[in-house]
Amino acid sequence: MSNIHETSTGEIPKAKTKQIWKVFWILLGLTALEFVIAFVFPPSMWRVGVFVFLTIVKAFYIVADFMHLGHEVKFLVWSIILPMIFVAWFILAMMVEGDSVFTLRL
Amino acid sequence: MATVATADEKKKGIDWGGGNRPLGGVRYGKLMMWFFLLSDAFTFSALLISYGMIRYSHEGYSYEKTYQVEQYGLNVPTAHVVMENGVAVTKKGEFYFSQKYWPVPEKVFEAVPFLHGKSLPLVFVGIMTFILIMSSVTMVLAVEAGHRRDQRDVEKWMLWTILGGIVFLGSQAWEWTHFIVGTDGGGALRTSGDGRNLGEVIYGAGLSENQYGPTTFANLFFFITGFHGTHVLSGVIINIIIFYNTVMGIYARKNDYEMVEKVGLYWHFVDLVWVFVFTFFYLV
Repeated sequence: MSNIHETSTGEIPKAKTKQIWKVFWILLGLTALEFVIAFVFPPSMWRVGVFVFLTIVKAFYIVADFMHLGHEVKFLVWSIILPMIFVAWFILAMMVEGDSVFTLRL
Repeated sequence: MATVATADEKKKGIDWGGGNRPLGGVRYGKLMMWFFLLSDAFTFSALLISYGMIRYSHEGYSYEKTYQVEQYGLNVPTAHVVMENGVAVTKKGEFYFSQKYWPVPEKVFEAVPFLHGKSLPLVFVGIMTFILIMSSVTMVLAVEAGHRRDQRDVEKWMLWTILGGIVFLGSQAWEWTHFIVGTDGGGALRTSGDGRNLGEVIYGAGLSENQYGPTTFANLFFFITGFHGTHVLSGVIINIIIFYNTVMGIYARKNDYEMVEKVGLYWHFVDLVWVFVFTFFYLV
């Protein structure tokens, strides 16, 4: 906020990109891990759970660091995160619902 | 948090109409971008909810089971078929396309450009994921350069981001073409409205039938990746506008690069959605 008043008359400061590249390697590593799991383990509920967990971890890093939400005020963070928690529940609930439709059709 | 706005701040729109900055100095435009992204996330969630519901109301293919074949020699090689109690079934683990069950993603998405006929499961989609993550990184670097008021760096990183977006769109166009045209041998057999086997092989995919599995499989593929692709397309166009503005020195004159940050939020969101599409459509 305060750096808004800094004018560009002076020298341009050096880039601080360490954290950005750290997040990049985390995202790449997790995606690679997902590929390994996809080929090593046969499909199962357990595997789906691991995929969803890794996806949420990746989403956390993208939203918190790349989209900078981790550095905003708590109120803004929660007004974004809270609705999405309900949506996550909705997705899960409808998967269970779909499974029950499948069972009823048999 | 500043309480009284200076004339300079008012001019730049740092302060809201009421003369203060709610939410710890988040400016109006950025907050509205966040709210737009939240509503857009609801739209994508609706698609993923439909996917989850429809996917699990179908039988999923299992490598552990044998499946009865109505007619072999057409789409199922005779060598893959064994007789079991007088019924022709596929050997365990020999996958073939059928409308009876949801296909395994790695059997559907296994083609790579210039390597025709080779089975390289999920390789191409892996490359696409890497391109999108990479372009997300160049976008953060552009935003970071904007914080430092470094016009040349913003230009450089925006250009890389645009390039990444275009390459991703090109890859998706190829993927769609391959999906629509289909494989050399075709896939599932055509069934009539009342479920009779017509003995014809389906090639490729459309909205009414496809060679890979149930009709809804291709429908969901088109809708979900298509809706995401539309977002990438509009993101690329917006990025080009912002790049143009940067080159023209508009943000340098204002001494304010927040527009780069706002469009950056949109671009990261597109990447974020892809992370979910990738998991649910290609991995699960």
